[in-house]
Amino acid sequence: MSKATLDRGVQILKEHIDAPTAAYFSSCVNCGMCADACLFYTETGDPAYTPINKLEPMRRLWEQEYTLVGRIKKLVGLSKPVTDEELGEWSDLVYHACSMCGRCSMVCPVGNDISYMIRNIREGISAAGYAPEGLVGATTRAVEIGSPMGITMHALNTQARNIKESSGLEIPFDREGVDYLVLLSSMEVINFPEYLEAIARIFKQAGKSWTISSEAFEATNSGIQIGASDIARELVSRVVEAAEKLKVETVVSPECGHAYTAIRWDGPNLMGRRFSFKVKHIIEVLDELREQRLLKVEGIEDSCMTFHDPCQLVRKGGVIEQPRNLLKMVATNFVEMDDSGVMNWCCGAGGGVSAIEEAEEIRLKAFNRKKSQLDKLQVDTLVTACANCRIQLEEGLEVNEMDIPVVGLTEMLADHLVEDK
Amino acid sequence: MNSAEFLLWVRGPGLNIALVIFTIGMLIRLLEIFMLGRKQNLAELRANGVSAGLRTIFTRSTPADKNSMRRSMFTFVAGYGFHIGLFVVIFLLTPHIQLIQSLLGFGWPALPTPVVDLFTVIALISLMALLWRRLTHPVVRYLSTPQDYLVWAATFLPLLTGYMSYHHLWFPYSWLLGVHILSVEFLLILFPFTKLTHAFTLFISRWYTGMMAGEKGVAS
Amino acid sequence: MSNNKPLGQALREQGVSRRGFLKFCATTASLMALPPSMVPAIAKALESARRPSVIWLSFQECTGCTESLTRSHAPTLEGLIFDNISLDYHHTLQAASGDAAEAAREAAMEENKGNYLLVVDGSIPLGNPGYSTIAGISNLEMLKEVAEHAAAIIAVGTCAAYGGLPHANPNPTGAVSVEEIIKDKPIVNVPGCPPIPVVITGVLAHFLTFGKLPELDHLGRPLAFYGNNIHDRCYRRPFYDKGLFANTFDDEGARKGWCLFKLGCKGPVTYNACATIKWNDGTSFPIEAGHGCLGCSEPNFWDMGGFYNALSESTMNLSRTAAVGIAVGAAAGTASGLLNRRKKSKAEAAHETVSVKDLQREDKS
Repeated sequence: MSKATLDRGVQILKEHIDAPTAAYFSSCVNCGMCADACLFYTETGDPAYTPINKLEPMRRLWEQEYTLVGRIKKLVGLSKPVTDEELGEWSDLVYHACSMCGRCSMVCPVGNDISYMIRNIREGISAAGYAPEGLVGATTRAVEIGSPMGITMHALNTQARNIKESSGLEIPFDREGVDYLVLLSSMEVINFPEYLEAIARIFKQAGKSWTISSEAFEATNSGIQIGASDIARELVSRVVEAAEKLKVETVVSPECGHAYTAIRWDGPNLMGRRFSFKVKHIIEVLDELREQRLLKVEGIEDSCMTFHDPCQLVRKGGVIEQPRNLLKMVATNFVEMDDSGVMNWCCGAGGGVSAIEEAEEIRLKAFNRKKSQLDKLQVDTLVTACANCRIQLEEGLEVNEMDIPVVGLTEMLADHLVEDK
Repeated sequence: MNSAEFLLWVRGPGLNIALVIFTIGMLIRLLEIFMLGRKQNLAELRANGVSAGLRTIFTRSTPADKNSMRRSMFTFVAGYGFHIGLFVVIFLLTPHIQLIQSLLGFGWPALPTPVVDLFTVIALISLMALLWRRLTHPVVRYLSTPQDYLVWAATFLPLLTGYMSYHHLWFPYSWLLGVHILSVEFLLILFPFTKLTHAFTLFISRWYTGMMAGEKGVAS
Repeated sequence: MSNNKPLGQALREQGVSRRGFLKFCATTASLMALPPSMVPAIAKALESARRPSVIWLSFQECTGCTESLTRSHAPTLEGLIFDNISLDYHHTLQAASGDAAEAAREAAMEENKGNYLLVVDGSIPLGNPGYSTIAGISNLEMLKEVAEHAAAIIAVGTCAAYGGLPHANPNPTGAVSVEEIIKDKPIVNVPGCPPIPVVITGVLAHFLTFGKLPELDHLGRPLAFYGNNIHDRCYRRPFYDKGLFANTFDDEGARKGWCLFKLGCKGPVTYNACATIKWNDGTSFPIEAGHGCLGCSEPNFWDMGGFYNALSESTMNLSRTAAVGIAVGAAAGTASGLLNRRKKSKAEAAHETVSVKDLQREDKS
């Protein structure tokens, strides 16, 4: 029986209001500059999508519960309590129209980290039972089946067999004491099987030992997206337990943005302890191999390329220069798009938006921002390092009848690997 | 009550009442913020968050990048005009410095009054522009609450009455000066209970945001 | 002192030339911001004016106002005009004393009923009638009695105009100004501690010329003399605007004659003619002598904070107030912060693990 109620949502919001949140709400002067940084506003013109507005119920709760004046106002009935209807209404704003890309947090003149608060308000809204069905479904599958898309070990085994048959490369499972524990996103397993093969080839060439855990191969974390820390913790703990059991040195997050955030940054905090292993994004690992001259490539892409910065990897993950270093190994004609790097625009599908069916319209509208960036550049190839971005980019380009192939950076590098003799 | 009695009240009891409400209110607000606390970040850090936090306190005073600035040009220009004007008026006019000196025990050199006068005009015009934007721009109008207008008026009045006092506009100077001081007292009293607190808390906000981003290796 | 010669004749008998007299009229006209075309009218009116009867009442005062008028400098036209009014009662100046003095007052009141001018210096104590009496009559009683049939009242000096020094905090005698007692007569306030002599004669000249009192400001002062503040007319004003100040009375700024604002000059809120007419026959005025204006022509000037504290400083101890605020604020803030923490801990303690089954409402799932 579901325990979701308004009270529960409010209770959980109260847990998540901390000093930064109080400072942020105390600082906002309603200047509206965050709207200019948000693609859901710029591409729709709907003022309700102004980032700070997406936090209104939480702001009032903070005021009513954690400020003296607010408590007095509440006592004499001068403030409007947070209601069920309101949380339901705000669900659309915080899930459909926010990819937690964090651009607003970069431009806010008073320095408010708005996306940090969106992450927290999602905790309350989901606990109150107002998370979108699509995300609830994905989360349920992640917990119950092991992957938000319902992928099982069976599918992965099949893929491993296929790779072995086609290339002779062994996909190692459950090996102890290896260098890398490789995680995958189900998106990759289904849509981009090339990734796994690419990894196998690169690590083989670099002479690194690696493995996949049959108990925890899934890197994505729907708990992070829906904003349910308890569930996120459970999902992360599977990876942590596997990594500790196999005594690996490093856990490698796949080409997926939020998976990286979930394990690298949120993981230890969800588990309440530091990890005995390191967590790296595959792009970080590859760049290290490049530095150690263990990544040998040949051949040059002469088509004009640009890089789409996945928000969780770059702006919110701090992996900024690495993808560029790697790209330049194989591309001479690499150009940066406007606002590239930490200020790049989101693809429009992050933060769980891609899992919400009802958000399809707004998600494709949001893509127009990327479209105009690309229109300006006129590139032949679009490279990125996040499977979720990649799906959205491919869909957006197709809808807009733009003929630009989207390539994963890891696969592109694998294509240029010097063949072992 | 004549102008002298009024002036006497605003310079004495009025100012002291306002100051005591302001200090108590502001300390409550700040302690409420800090005492809510935050969880320690257990993730392996890429860089020291402290220096990043300190850095962001300063860097957020300038636009994040050129394109962001272009997109929010109006707010930037009017916002800068207003804040710089206000800063100059508050902190670089002799009588104000003298007041601060009597409170803190130290002062600093002032700007010539015609220069301060110019900055007052800049601040007044910028504030009017910002009000116009608040009333007309879809986003800002959507976000605005009655408090925003109250706070606007509370900020505008001291500037306006100060300007009127300096130029002896329309009313006897002694009354104007009294009203000017009273309007500042009104501002001080409103301060801890409205978003005027941002003048203090924005440094805390920038600090936390800068630190959290810095720990991930991102300069925010 | 019953002399009914017109003023012009009386002046000429005192050796004042026609030319000198006209010059006085012109000066008065310009001081009072009247057009030059008014000079002949003033001259004509003064020439033929009968010496008006003046009753001068001194209450809680220091005689400084009288001293200022009578002894400021060697015979001047102001002095002479003053001498040539029919000063029927002034207990400092009159020869008579005791019953004779009071009899003179009563006679003058009877003789000029409804036409005499009443000049008052000093404040009136309301605390206890015994605080200040003349011939056994309390100040309040005498003021009411004399004011009843006066044509107009001139409150000379800040004590009569606004209560002045006796009114200063804590005002032990309950001193008040003339206008706080008399509500039904035209009153001109000529404040100053003391007021500038020519201002009194100017008001008299105006009254004699036009038969009414001059235009007044919001504090009942003749606009002609009190229309500008000292600060705006001060020769040191350019230093204020440039930000050049004397910080002590013996520093470089003081020697160079820079602005005295920081040394407590109250010029910005003081309306008087000192900076233009000056004192002692136009010799100097306090600021020129190197001391800030005390603001003596303004109400409550004794209570405007220290004479040597800048105008913008509080009249109270702000640092102490701030210290109290910090102490109380720290305590209240900590208390509120602790309440918040308790509330948050409670919420955390009451936390029930969210499972995937709890993500949707019962009715929906």
